[in-house]
Amino acid sequence: MITGHLLSAADLSKDEALNLLATAKELAAITDGPNKKLPTLRGKTVVNLFFEDSTRTRISFETAAKRLSADVINFSAKGSSVSKGESLKDTAQTLQAMGADAVVIRHGSSGAAKRLADTQWIQAAVINAGDGTHEHPTQALLDAFTIKQHLRAKESDLSGVKVLIVGDILHSRVARSNILLLSKLGAEIVLVAPPTLLPVGIDKWPVKISYDLDSEIGECDVVMMLRIQLERMADSFFPTEREYSRRYGLNSARLAKLKKNSIVMHPGPMNRGLEISADSADDLKSVIVDQVKNGVAVRMAILYELLGGAPIGDSK
Amino acid sequence: MINISNAKLADGSVVDVEIDNDLISKVTKSSGTVSNGSIDATGQILLPGLVDLHTHLREPGREDAETVLTGSYAAAAGGYTAISSMANTYPVADTAGVVEQIYRLGKDAGLCDVNPIGAVTKGLSGEQLAELGAMADSIARVRIFSDDGKCVSDPLIMRRALEYVKTFNGIIAQHAQEPRLTINAQMNEGSVSSRIGLPGWPAIAEESIIARDILLAEHVQSRLHICHLTTAGGVELVRWAKKRGINVTAEVTPHHLLLTDELVENYDPIYKVNPPLRTEKDVMALREGLAEGVIDIVATDHAPHPEEDKDCEWQAAAFGMVGLETSLSVVIKTMIESKMLDWSQLVDRMSIRPAQIAGYKTQGQSIQAGSVANLLLLDPSASWQVDRSKLKSKSRNTPFHGMTLPGVISHVIYNGKQTVIAGRVLNMDGDKNG
Repeated sequence: MITGHLLSAADLSKDEALNLLATAKELAAITDGPNKKLPTLRGKTVVNLFFEDSTRTRISFETAAKRLSADVINFSAKGSSVSKGESLKDTAQTLQAMGADAVVIRHGSSGAAKRLADTQWIQAAVINAGDGTHEHPTQALLDAFTIKQHLRAKESDLSGVKVLIVGDILHSRVARSNILLLSKLGAEIVLVAPPTLLPVGIDKWPVKISYDLDSEIGECDVVMMLRIQLERMADSFFPTEREYSRRYGLNSARLAKLKKNSIVMHPGPMNRGLEISADSADDLKSVIVDQVKNGVAVRMAILYELLGGAPIGDSK
Repeated sequence: MINISNAKLADGSVVDVEIDNDLISKVTKSSGTVSNGSIDATGQILLPGLVDLHTHLREPGREDAETVLTGSYAAAAGGYTAISSMANTYPVADTAGVVEQIYRLGKDAGLCDVNPIGAVTKGLSGEQLAELGAMADSIARVRIFSDDGKCVSDPLIMRRALEYVKTFNGIIAQHAQEPRLTINAQMNEGSVSSRIGLPGWPAIAEESIIARDILLAEHVQSRLHICHLTTAGGVELVRWAKKRGINVTAEVTPHHLLLTDELVENYDPIYKVNPPLRTEKDVMALREGLAEGVIDIVATDHAPHPEEDKDCEWQAAAFGMVGLETSLSVVIKTMIESKMLDWSQLVDRMSIRPAQIAGYKTQGQSIQAGSVANLLLLDPSASWQVDRSKLKSKSRNTPFHGMTLPGVISHVIYNGKQTVIAGRVLNMDGDKNG
């Protein structure tokens, strides 16, 4: 059972993470039935506070909250008081006054969720839905759920699963959260990127580093492709998008090198033809659509545990 | 006439001191008795008033953060009898008019010397030299020029500035920050920045400018001062330059002597500062550099900001920390308690040397008959807890809030006049003086 806030994948112990995944699995089973809705969070208010555009994460949280019968308020920065210069503090205090029980925050500044939780601006439970280039813990949880579902359904954790994370590690909150969570759950992690897109001091992380996708792709169980932002090219992190795609993109030749049971993941939204080719994205090995689906169940479990009653089932 | 009895000097001798008008008139071996009406300094240390070469006073333009007067309160409370206001005000201190205004405001406040630093370039734009000569010739007699807050990054402009100020024995104080290597930088680049996902500010962004400017100073035979050195590599470069006989001096701030980038972990913008907090290894190298004299002086980089500029998310926050009132205590904690400096050396780094570098003739004088009476009296065995709400500065952005620090200042004398009496700053309103 997790309490308080969910700000970083590092906040979760291994048991807490596994229990959360178990709760998500039960909730997924219920919502797969004819009546998708549970009354659990009736009367609770969940605010989606999105300072950056993110349709998929917002919709996922909104669906999760609604399936638990919570009231949902969507607050996006564009066209709101934020674009008129209102500070995060004032926005938070406004939401506090309106009685928010949980705030799901997406913000361009690393640490914004942590600030919201640490200050007295608001009393609600804070869920980090992506803060700058720091973390995106709910994405890591849904990725762990998806990997477990496909590769370790019967086992207790992810021991022995070899995960390749490929692309812009430097700016990726998805990578940071996944490295923390998946390694805690027993997975072995290899990061593949050009040196320009790897952070300084990464040698101290619990990961292996490689600059060469071809030498790694045949060995892994999971290949997770990260979205590459085209503006990185203007900043000379790589020369051209074609060169990036050639050296670090998942194409049919590399897809063919994957082991038989390996899976392909992508946090979305994809740049088809850049970091991932269309045939790779749509291949049977791709579990990208499952990731989206599992995102709802995992986010239901998080809202449930942070706002709700006793955990479902007997996981604890 | 002010008499001080039983004061210990930095060299360990215990003396009675007599002050007549603005001068020390007599220093004699202590009689052991405290005469009527004199300040009982038993157990306290008497030091020359401190001299700061790096102070942001925010006036004109941002009087909501600090004024020359409130900054002078903070300076007096911290034992300073001279401060040097940086040029990044609104308007920028890049003309004789603005520096004279600041100089006069300092005189009106009357609590310490306020010496304006002039901008190197017009509007701190880095493109065209400001009227350095006019500022030097003004009543403010500016000798230090700096675009602090911004780096004079164009090597040609930097060369010209170094050359030009030779006519009046000026000095260029460089804020060493290569702009292209620090685009959107938020904190020291290292394992912490990588983990918490804040854009990094590499040590080499500072060191590459220091290296370049040392070579420029050698080439044109001029005086270079490096503001707020923060890296072990920077200490190495200055050590090398001094060995080569290059005319370079350097400063370190109290916060860089004590705090590290680990503190940024919780994204509390109170620790957001330019240049950023570095690693433990850098902190140790800075302390050694200061002990050795490679780093000449301590300078506060006192940078007041209003509450709303720190009570926000990290990236939205302003860079800077207030420092005048905690500076001496932090130096005692980091340098005296560790026995890396003795009291005479502390006086050198915080009073004598800065006065020499800047040419402040009435400051940093030895405590003897005939010297101008700029003095502070300190109880070195007492300690105090920093309380942000009790700062004399108009701003509250101290990273030391809640910390217990050694050394309590009881009296400060500026040009023979008491500006701090039993811990209270002269002329301050009741509520701010608590």
